[in-house]
Amino acid sequence: MRLVSKVRGWLDERFGWAELIAPLREKSVPVHKLSYWYFLGGITLFLFGIQVFTGILLLLYYRPSANEAFESVQYIMTRVRFGWLVRSIHSWAANLMILTAFAHMFSVLFLRAYRKPRELTWVSGMILLFLVLGFGFSGYLLPWNTLAFFATKVGTEITAQVPLVGHELMILLRGGEEVTGATLTRFFGFHVALLPGLTTLMILLHLALVQRFGMSVPPRVEAQWKADPSKAREMKFFPNFLLREMMAWYIALGVLGALAAIAPWELGTKADPFGAAPAGIRPEWYFMFMFQTLKFIPSKIWRVDGEVLGILVFGLAGVVWVLLPFFEGKREKRGPRMLLGAGVFALCYIVAMTVYGYVAK
Amino acid sequence: MALVICVFTGTSHAQTANTCLDCHGALDPPLQVTEAQFSQDIHSQKGLTCASCHGGDPTKADMDAMNKSAGFRGKIERSQVPALCGRCHSDGTFMRQYNPGLRTDQLSQYQTSVHGKLFAKGDTKVAVCTDCHGVHDLRAPSDAASRVHPLNVAKTCARCHADASYMKGYSIPTDQFAKYSTSVHHEAMVVRGDLSAPTCTTCHGNHGAAPPGVDSVRNVCSNCHVFQAQMYEKSTHKAAFQSAGLPGCVVCHSNHGVTHPTDARLGTGSQAICMQCHTPGDECDKARAEMLAGLTNLSEAIKGADQVVGVAESSGMEVSEARLQQDQARDSLTKARVTIHSFQRALVDQDIQAGLKIAAQDLQAGRDALAEREYRRRGLGYALVFILLTVVGLFLYIRQNERESAKS
Amino acid sequence: MGSKGSAPVPPPRRRIVEVLLGGGLFASFVSFLYPVLRYLVPPAVANLGGDEIVACKLGDLKPNSAKIFRFGSRPGLLLLTPEGEYRALSAVCTHLGCTVQYKNDTHQIWCACHNGLYDLSGRNVSGPPPRSLESFDVHVRGAEVVVSRKRSV
Repeated sequence: MRLVSKVRGWLDERFGWAELIAPLREKSVPVHKLSYWYFLGGITLFLFGIQVFTGILLLLYYRPSANEAFESVQYIMTRVRFGWLVRSIHSWAANLMILTAFAHMFSVLFLRAYRKPRELTWVSGMILLFLVLGFGFSGYLLPWNTLAFFATKVGTEITAQVPLVGHELMILLRGGEEVTGATLTRFFGFHVALLPGLTTLMILLHLALVQRFGMSVPPRVEAQWKADPSKAREMKFFPNFLLREMMAWYIALGVLGALAAIAPWELGTKADPFGAAPAGIRPEWYFMFMFQTLKFIPSKIWRVDGEVLGILVFGLAGVVWVLLPFFEGKREKRGPRMLLGAGVFALCYIVAMTVYGYVAK
Repeated sequence: MALVICVFTGTSHAQTANTCLDCHGALDPPLQVTEAQFSQDIHSQKGLTCASCHGGDPTKADMDAMNKSAGFRGKIERSQVPALCGRCHSDGTFMRQYNPGLRTDQLSQYQTSVHGKLFAKGDTKVAVCTDCHGVHDLRAPSDAASRVHPLNVAKTCARCHADASYMKGYSIPTDQFAKYSTSVHHEAMVVRGDLSAPTCTTCHGNHGAAPPGVDSVRNVCSNCHVFQAQMYEKSTHKAAFQSAGLPGCVVCHSNHGVTHPTDARLGTGSQAICMQCHTPGDECDKARAEMLAGLTNLSEAIKGADQVVGVAESSGMEVSEARLQQDQARDSLTKARVTIHSFQRALVDQDIQAGLKIAAQDLQAGRDALAEREYRRRGLGYALVFILLTVVGLFLYIRQNERESAKS
Repeated sequence: MGSKGSAPVPPPRRRIVEVLLGGGLFASFVSFLYPVLRYLVPPAVANLGGDEIVACKLGDLKPNSAKIFRFGSRPGLLLLTPEGEYRALSAVCTHLGCTVQYKNDTHQIWCACHNGLYDLSGRNVSGPPPRSLESFDVHVRGAEVVVSRKRSV
């Protein structure tokens, strides 16, 4: 540890290191029965880091052209040493990250951490959630296999249903009228440049806001502590909470490794744009609930096309969700209850639709 | 009444005036020929009219058209059909105006056929041109709706040849179509849509239809099955079958019901073919047993390798190279089965050995993939142990630190 | 971090934990780093040849002969005509998928399964095959003969 204090002294002489990190040393995390939910955000960040790292490694061998994409992923899986590990971790971490991002969002909702003054933290978090879904959608196409090709075809076709600008939007996404090599190049650009850039900025904003406001305490616990201040407990972030977070991250790493080795991500068959779509084509699980909903909607409701209506409803739901904290209003009881109800409904709906999508033929 | 109907139904053929259809379109069968029907006929499409075959004057309305002085012949009798068709179709100069590439030997070929020979003796039950080609809606053979399109030929022949009561009096069986429907050739044609697959006319000829002679069967089969025929030519069976007057390929494979041959034919069970002639215990029996053993061996080896590769694949290992090689092993098996027709066990053995080598390589590749899987799992095990150690260490460290700070 | 003056020897319990933590961290880091370092080293085979592959070296083939090579996941046929021109075609017969071969006596490509024949441009000239063989581009690059798919979308 002498080395550490020497380095610290060196930094302090030049940057006023001790002064800089003083507020961080003071940072504390409230401790109560629901504290474990605080880990979710950190794990999502950790998984993002994993994605960036494995993604950069994959970039060394991947070729983003329709002729070569599939073969290059096959090459990574079979010829590059430990390529199978890097690729499988990347695929599994992607899915886990989307899961933890959703879980983090719902836990913030149910623990009511979005309340004043943290409204913008919520908004930035929702934007991050959409960015993460964008990562999932764009990354899924990159191996250029049959399932991904047709899932992308169906997915981008749905965007064409947006009123007024739908067709132009679809052309922007696809890089043309159809899903072709141009789509692949475009999605690759989104996946490795545009989305990472935006996400990094958003993460910095999101973290800065979290640092600024500190960790929120759920209202019930807050009330308890107000009544009896001696009950309030907290732990320092450095080193206590951080060490615990390291434990969680390490366990997550172990889970990822096990998944990659025991249940490697499959490659599938190379996409044939002129071939027939395989039976039972469907999107990845995180889009399943929307897909299943669209399948349920009748083709025409009054005069409006069913799919358009579905898209508008989801669009509206998305906007409402981003602005959720602002709907709470001044009402002490009704506002929060409404949001809680909306949250429970949303969670149940998503889970039910996702399960149904897989169970139904 | 018919006259009234004729006057009021004023349809006329698009190209040349053909008033016959005005009345005959409204009549009942067998006099009925509608515009819809006749417009599909290739003769009509080339500008011919009813009068081209039936005579008469197609420009006159009503019964004036059926004028004997204009050459009207009325209904053409079956006995007159070949000569009538041949009047144009055997005339090279005439046919050149319409389709220079069309053959003009149909009538002379017909006269060499079984149908033609019986016809010449006065039998009008046999097939004449219109029986196969149709008459008023006659289409080109390349038209999918034509009765003589490759996909429809067998059904057309079967109209007579599968009708036991019609064929009474002729000394040939009537089960050909039923047998053919069970064959691989039928399956290739109808199920797989392979128009190059053989149908009745491929082996029997169309206009000169007759069964190939006993000695020429192998020539007919060898048009497609080249390798088998070449091997058979050099084998002992050729001379033996020829001197016994047996029809070559048909002896083992049958003629109409050519089903997919199985290795069991080389065996001694219900499907055994060799043992129908050969004596148990003689040289040929031993050769047969060896060849069967070789085929079984190779087939098992391929299956074994497939299985191992399959297990590796389902646990996520990449085995596309091995799968490709397996195709080559299967090619060897196919080749060995073709080489059977040489009836020489040494030659068959060559192909078997080549195939076994490839199958062994693939089995090894599958085993290697499984070993790689074990290596990965072992590596994972070590990494998990280290991770566990670290996590436990962290836990204890945290506990220790917090105990100390609680004390202080 | 417990710096209440220098303790001469840390108590045994503390040592164990430190060793466990330090050792575990080190070992797990190595188990992460080792695969990454090996990953960075490019493998011996340059690529899997989905788009382009080195079919053979100059001089491997004699005029009027051919060889089968792997292209993507299907076999291909590379032949050197008597005039010295390289041609590359798919070796999968368009009839029922058997692997075709080059006949150096008739200068045609032949399928042994049902006697299908193609000319040297891959056009089906006789027998059952319904379509031509897919043809590929061939270039000589240095001492290597490179086969690539024809430019398409």
